[in-house]
Amino acid sequence: MRQTPRVRWGEFAIESLIRVIGFSTVGFVIIIFLFLLREGLPAFAQIDLDNLFGTRWYPTFDLFGTLPLILGSALITITAIVIALPLGVATAVFIREVAPNWAREILKPMIEVLAGIPSVVLGFFGMTLVAPIVRETFGAPTGLVAFTGALILAYMSLPTIISVAEDALDAVPKLYRDAGLAMGATQWQTIWRVVVPAARSGILTAVMLGMGRAIGETMAVMMVTGNAARMPLGLDALFRPVRTMTATIAAEMGEVAHGSVHYHALFAIGIILFVITFLINLAAASTMFRKRRRGGLR
Amino acid sequence: MRNRFVAQRVGFALLTLAALVVVIPILTIVATIFIRGAAAINWEFLTAMPRDGMRAGGIFPAIVGTIVLTLGTALVAIPLGVGGAIYLSEYARDTWLTRSIRLAIINLAGIPSVVYGLFGLGLFVLLMGFGTSIVAGSLTLAIMTLPIIISTAEEALRAVPTEFRTVSASLGGTRWQGIRYIVLPQALPGIITGVILGLLRAAGETAPILFTVAAFYLPRLPRSPLDQTMALPYHLYVVSTQVPGMPSEIQFGTALVLLGLVLSLNIVATTIRSYFRRRRQW
Repeated sequence: MRQTPRVRWGEFAIESLIRVIGFSTVGFVIIIFLFLLREGLPAFAQIDLDNLFGTRWYPTFDLFGTLPLILGSALITITAIVIALPLGVATAVFIREVAPNWAREILKPMIEVLAGIPSVVLGFFGMTLVAPIVRETFGAPTGLVAFTGALILAYMSLPTIISVAEDALDAVPKLYRDAGLAMGATQWQTIWRVVVPAARSGILTAVMLGMGRAIGETMAVMMVTGNAARMPLGLDALFRPVRTMTATIAAEMGEVAHGSVHYHALFAIGIILFVITFLINLAAASTMFRKRRRGGLR
Repeated sequence: MRNRFVAQRVGFALLTLAALVVVIPILTIVATIFIRGAAAINWEFLTAMPRDGMRAGGIFPAIVGTIVLTLGTALVAIPLGVGGAIYLSEYARDTWLTRSIRLAIINLAGIPSVVYGLFGLGLFVLLMGFGTSIVAGSLTLAIMTLPIIISTAEEALRAVPTEFRTVSASLGGTRWQGIRYIVLPQALPGIITGVILGLLRAAGETAPILFTVAAFYLPRLPRSPLDQTMALPYHLYVVSTQVPGMPSEIQFGTALVLLGLVLSLNIVATTIRSYFRRRRQW
């Protein structure tokens, strides 16, 4: 092929276009953040900080305390991870180390199915079928409580946790396993004492990504947690309704007047969410980058 | 000596139990929705307008709305996503700029869907003046879908052996010609898989469309890209939480149509992937 001027110009145009598209992703992150700031920062000027970080969220009375929402998100996210971490890691170990081939062939697509179920469908399932079970088992007056939300969230974060943990186990060199077995350890001892500890940084990444997924989840949580904006304190907090940051935005943004204090307050919650998930993902990414750099030694 | 093997047996039993605890609810969810939803599905449900405050009739406008939104998303997300993937796999060198792009992609993937909704409301609906419309909703969903498409498409492009590019260059092809005629066709199945996976995520999302496009009740089809529309995920939310006295068949029927759509796209994507993986000769 001769490189006519036309080919060279076309080449230049296409390459520039691709470069611009490549950089646009960074642009999107920045634009998203700037937009949240633009619409959310006025809230910090219009609302006293005492009020904004207070314990009562009643926008009709100009009370914009975000603390119950932040704690509500934290409560169900942490509970979800407490449920999902052992389940997810055990399932990943099962898939990678123990399961016969046929079981693996069933499990992996099943987990992909779970990852594909839209959150609103899980929320619907949680409302209609899980909530009554929670109500009867724990004798709560209603099944739409923090625990139900945490349960649904745990299953939503399982696919992330399982696949990242699987990758981490996969990255443990076969030599480690051989060495363990050669020392006379059983397969179980090798898994428990050698393989899982060697994969722990990857498992930590799995936990962080799972948390990021859980804290940003909106629809399912809004449908099953009862949405009462009260401080989730006390021992029975798990079995009372809570309200998360995400659900507050989703439930109220449709009804506020654009440009009102309430509108800016909801964007301020958006800023908080953006910053939290940004930090979680940054932390997860830094462990992944570190692993890649160490890769040559393995 | 014996204890160790008892411990092993107990350990393996626990792992198996964990896997069952993960799988059984998944089966239950899918089976329940398929069985109870199937009772509601008939020709009218799929092709009629909703009537009587959505308590009767069909969900046709929601189905059409979801299809239209997904196509709109594809229109924006495919060129941007595949272009971004080509840049990362074929052009980018390992500089701080490239690293910041990768970081941006990881962070885009982690931004909560409702925050995308806020962003879409602020930029597309209000500032750019599209109003609550299909355009605003599609653009919002497209940006949300980008990280999925970019990372799967990049993986597919990287899987094409370097020799293919070398041979193309040795025959006098320019870099773009190599990409256009050699690398892209080889990576196409993987890219298509990634695009479908991204789009089905967009089709199932509710939070980003809440304030950008979704109509609570609009018993007609959208007339222009600047029109609002109903959509399946939002409709499921509405019929299960916002309307009292809703017959449960309509709820389960809507859930089944949405789940069926998403899962069948999922199967298409994974089938393409495994079919071409088996057939490829490198």
